[in-house]
Amino acid sequence: MALANNETAPLFAPGASSTLRLIAYLAIAIVLMVADHRNDYLARVRWGLSTAIEPMYRIAAWPSQIARQVSLAITDREELTERNSQLSEQLLLAQARLNRLSVLRDENQRLQELLDVQRSLGLGVQLAKIIDVDTDPARHRIVINAGARQRVEIGQAVLDARGVMGQVVEVLPNTSTVLLITDPAHALPVTVERTGMRVIAHGSVALDRLELPNVPISADIKVGDKLITSGLGGHFPEGFPVGEIRSISNDASGMFAVADARPSAALDRSGDVLILHQLTDQVGPPAPAPAEGPPASLRNETKP
Amino acid sequence: MNRARANTWLFWGSILLCFMLQLMPLPQALLPLKPYWLALVLAYWALEMPERVSLGLAFLLGLFGDALMGDLLGEHAMRLCILCFILLRFRSRLRFFPMWQQALAVFALLLNDRIVLVMVRACAGEPPPPAEFWFEPVTGALAWPWVFLLLDDLRARVRTTES
Repeated sequence: MALANNETAPLFAPGASSTLRLIAYLAIAIVLMVADHRNDYLARVRWGLSTAIEPMYRIAAWPSQIARQVSLAITDREELTERNSQLSEQLLLAQARLNRLSVLRDENQRLQELLDVQRSLGLGVQLAKIIDVDTDPARHRIVINAGARQRVEIGQAVLDARGVMGQVVEVLPNTSTVLLITDPAHALPVTVERTGMRVIAHGSVALDRLELPNVPISADIKVGDKLITSGLGGHFPEGFPVGEIRSISNDASGMFAVADARPSAALDRSGDVLILHQLTDQVGPPAPAPAEGPPASLRNETKP
Repeated sequence: MNRARANTWLFWGSILLCFMLQLMPLPQALLPLKPYWLALVLAYWALEMPERVSLGLAFLLGLFGDALMGDLLGEHAMRLCILCFILLRFRSRLRFFPMWQQALAVFALLLNDRIVLVMVRACAGEPPPPAEFWFEPVTGALAWPWVFLLLDDLRARVRTTES
């Protein structure tokens, strides 16, 4: 193969590093990027490649898994017992809270029935695990282990135990990509829980910060106010915690205030997430009630 | 024959390994410091075994990297092509640089690569990156001598076990 042996080689020399070839490859790359950015032509390509790629994700996650196992193995007994007692204490607390919640839920249900609410929010959720792959700190995306085969669709909201995490933006056969609410490209309609004021929470470059630009200076908003989803826009259901106002300042023009919020979901941890099913009304008759009581064979025996 | 095969194994093994390193999850604080392993390993092979490395190979590896890392299809391909082109063009000079000068050259290459990336992302309508975005060429240049010495040593071993 002819190589350009020195920098005096002619500009359009044939060979491995000719400028013509470079231009050709760059043109292909640009065409691919534009096609990928503008359209979904290449979704199929990715779909096909994803089966080949999936094992690599799993292998690449081994070192961190091994590190976790090792740290678990070498923590000493005292620490473990201490953690055990801590956890059982927390469990008690959580249990107590749960009991209270179940009472509240029952009461809520009774009230709803009283009000004859036609459509109580039937929230279907699905559990998924984060496959811990962060490839770029400037973009806040996570990959989870549920995809099209698990009936995940683009646009579904993703939650964790404390609040809204983001939404599904790309679905592959067994995995999907979630855009976090702190991604610079993400915006989320929220309301201030105390006053009901509507604002838009934008992502920022930091993983623990949401920006609320263009808040009127006279607006009633304070540090410590809780933000919840407003349900506008249709992607996220109403009333899920989003964050808490951390600071408020004037913007550069002085016409509006800018607020900073801390997301309530633990966006920087790995673990389980909940994928919310789309909140469409169910069409058609309700599913038949499951058969209750003993199986048919036993039932026959008990009959005299 | 045997030696050529060992060299082939080394070549593809190193590329597979750097894909793994590129994907490996790290703590949030270390993430901006992760060097662009793919570029470093490809740079080594472009300098030492240019008959194996061509723009086409760089393009294909880049495409695979795009699919792997979930970036815009063609982004890595473009970056690696540019890198590979510069390396092959100035190979005869870069090869005989002392190590610190080579590391500086790698720094310049990676910086150029970051600038290309910023331009691509700006065209895609993404906001300008944070300051940590620019740490990567520094760590890349710091990692270069170790990558170079390690791969050189492995190649030397392949050679001696054969003879």
